[in-house]
Amino acid sequence: MNPQELFECVTSLSCIVTQTSTGLIVGALLFLVAAGLTLIFGVLGVINFAHGSLYMLGAYMGLTAYRLFDNYFLAVILAGLGVALFSVVFERLFMRRVYNADVLMQLLVCYAFILILDDVVKLVWGAEFQSMGMPETFQLPPLFIGGGVVPVFYLVLMTVAALIAVVLWYVLKHTRTGKVVRAAAHNPTMTSALGLNTQLIYAGVFACGGLLAGMAGALAAPVRSMSPGMGFSILIESFIVTVIGGMGSVSGALVGALVIGMVRSFGSIGFPDFVEGLMFVAMVLILVLRPGGLMGRKQS
Amino acid sequence: MNSTGTLSKELLIAIVAMLILAAIPFFTPSRLIADFVIRLAAFGVFATSLNILIGYGGMVSFGHAMFFGGGAYAFGLLMQKAGTSIPLALLGAIVFCALLGLIVGAICVRLKEIYFSFLTLAFAMLTYSVILSWMSLTGGDQGLMGGIPRPVFLGIDLSNGQHLYWFACVLAVVCLLLMRLLMQSPFGYTLRMVRDNPERARFLGVDVWRTRLYAFVLSGAFAGVAGSIMALFVSGAYPEFTYWTMSGEAIFMILLGGLHVYIGPVVGAALLMMFNDVITRYTDLHGLALGIIVLIFALGFKRGITDFAVRLFRPASKKKETRQVTT
Repeated sequence: MNPQELFECVTSLSCIVTQTSTGLIVGALLFLVAAGLTLIFGVLGVINFAHGSLYMLGAYMGLTAYRLFDNYFLAVILAGLGVALFSVVFERLFMRRVYNADVLMQLLVCYAFILILDDVVKLVWGAEFQSMGMPETFQLPPLFIGGGVVPVFYLVLMTVAALIAVVLWYVLKHTRTGKVVRAAAHNPTMTSALGLNTQLIYAGVFACGGLLAGMAGALAAPVRSMSPGMGFSILIESFIVTVIGGMGSVSGALVGALVIGMVRSFGSIGFPDFVEGLMFVAMVLILVLRPGGLMGRKQS
Repeated sequence: MNSTGTLSKELLIAIVAMLILAAIPFFTPSRLIADFVIRLAAFGVFATSLNILIGYGGMVSFGHAMFFGGGAYAFGLLMQKAGTSIPLALLGAIVFCALLGLIVGAICVRLKEIYFSFLTLAFAMLTYSVILSWMSLTGGDQGLMGGIPRPVFLGIDLSNGQHLYWFACVLAVVCLLLMRLLMQSPFGYTLRMVRDNPERARFLGVDVWRTRLYAFVLSGAFAGVAGSIMALFVSGAYPEFTYWTMSGEAIFMILLGGLHVYIGPVVGAALLMMFNDVITRYTDLHGLALGIIVLIFALGFKRGITDFAVRLFRPASKKKETRQVTT
């Protein structure tokens, strides 16, 4: 515990810049994962406990694609598409069967998949820690903004994440597809009665969630090491994000992700041993004060 | 309902179970079997305590391992650092888990289904990370090392394998009996009503929140006993006790054994332990094998072993037990 240092940090511009950029990175990646989680919950009413494993798959697929083609952005896109494809298979063959079953079955299917995917990754990529390494394009001297150090790659990550967020927002709010998805979330029976293929929507939403999680995994690969089982901590974090933002709300996920990003980054200065605890404190406060989350409409 | 009748029936079953358990060492001197029974005592109580929430309360907790680990650590620390006697440490572990259940439950039981599952999971992971980071007290990822002292009490010496075996068996049978009586009590039936129709229960003047909270605290306290048995058996406590896979396994034990029959989770625990022992003997891809088995049961059979047995032996006539869970 060192609140003194936290105080010193928030009074110096360089420290604020450095920590804010770190917080934004953490937040941006969390947002991508949490947006998929909250979207799936909003439309299908199930929590995909295996969502963290999709992030893990994305990271490993990105690693392989990067080694094959030596192009970071191509690797990110391929990883996203690969995980999206996997998500559709996962949804059509397995999750679809437990939508109407009780939570116990949904939980068990996801539990099984977390176990299986962790071992598949171990089989294919090995059990030891791996790292993609910083792509050469971004091996540039860091920028100095107001005395704070900001690596160029951080800016790239933020831009890409922001771009994805804008596209997601546009598709959901301003296209016919988005309207259909929102309709299916609101009233699935009515939607299918109107002749819309809800099964296709469900598969599509899962694919979208997988795409986002897969891209997040590959995007993060240069700055994080990967190992089987890495998906679980991000699952818990993105769950906290969705609770803070409100389940089912994508804009809430954005707010929640940024809040958690900042809590993590500034909290690690003041309370290095209690960063995770801080996130939980934030979540419990929200649950007690505003059970629906910051931006949620539905009561939990 | 004739409550004294049920009581004596349950007591009789418990005594018979105890006699069978006590007889096992006389038939086979195998250390392996005895160890299996001790582990089963821990996991059977653990799974049954979770079934209070899942089967009887309709609350699918995915973080029950926090009480298993919490009990193990509380028990181990009381023995190691405070040097209390074993019954006192056991009591301490129970009180600790009940308090933990009170705090976590007060926040969680208000929430609906899947939300509740995820939040309990999050709390279990918080417990896990607290254990990992509080090195000075818990020993971090190494676990509670150095062994747990086993001072003799009332002439029982738990460093003796035979005594430990009996102690674990008695503890487990007493816990199972207590939970059974609780579930057959008015409280148990109120809990079932809250599960099936909370609205109606509320109209009848039942405090739904309080009923669920009591169930949560009770199940946490019993899981604490299970953790203490485990801590005694392995003579230590490890962070893995609170890891999410432990919660997942307990849930699978319930499904495997069947949640419609009281003893189902214990049967499931025994089956899963056997699966695990076989799997680890043949492959190190333990997760892959277990995952596939879980999928087969969750999507294929959709019910546990004891449910099949009940269907087989008591067609239609014995619907009373089966109707307990209608989800």
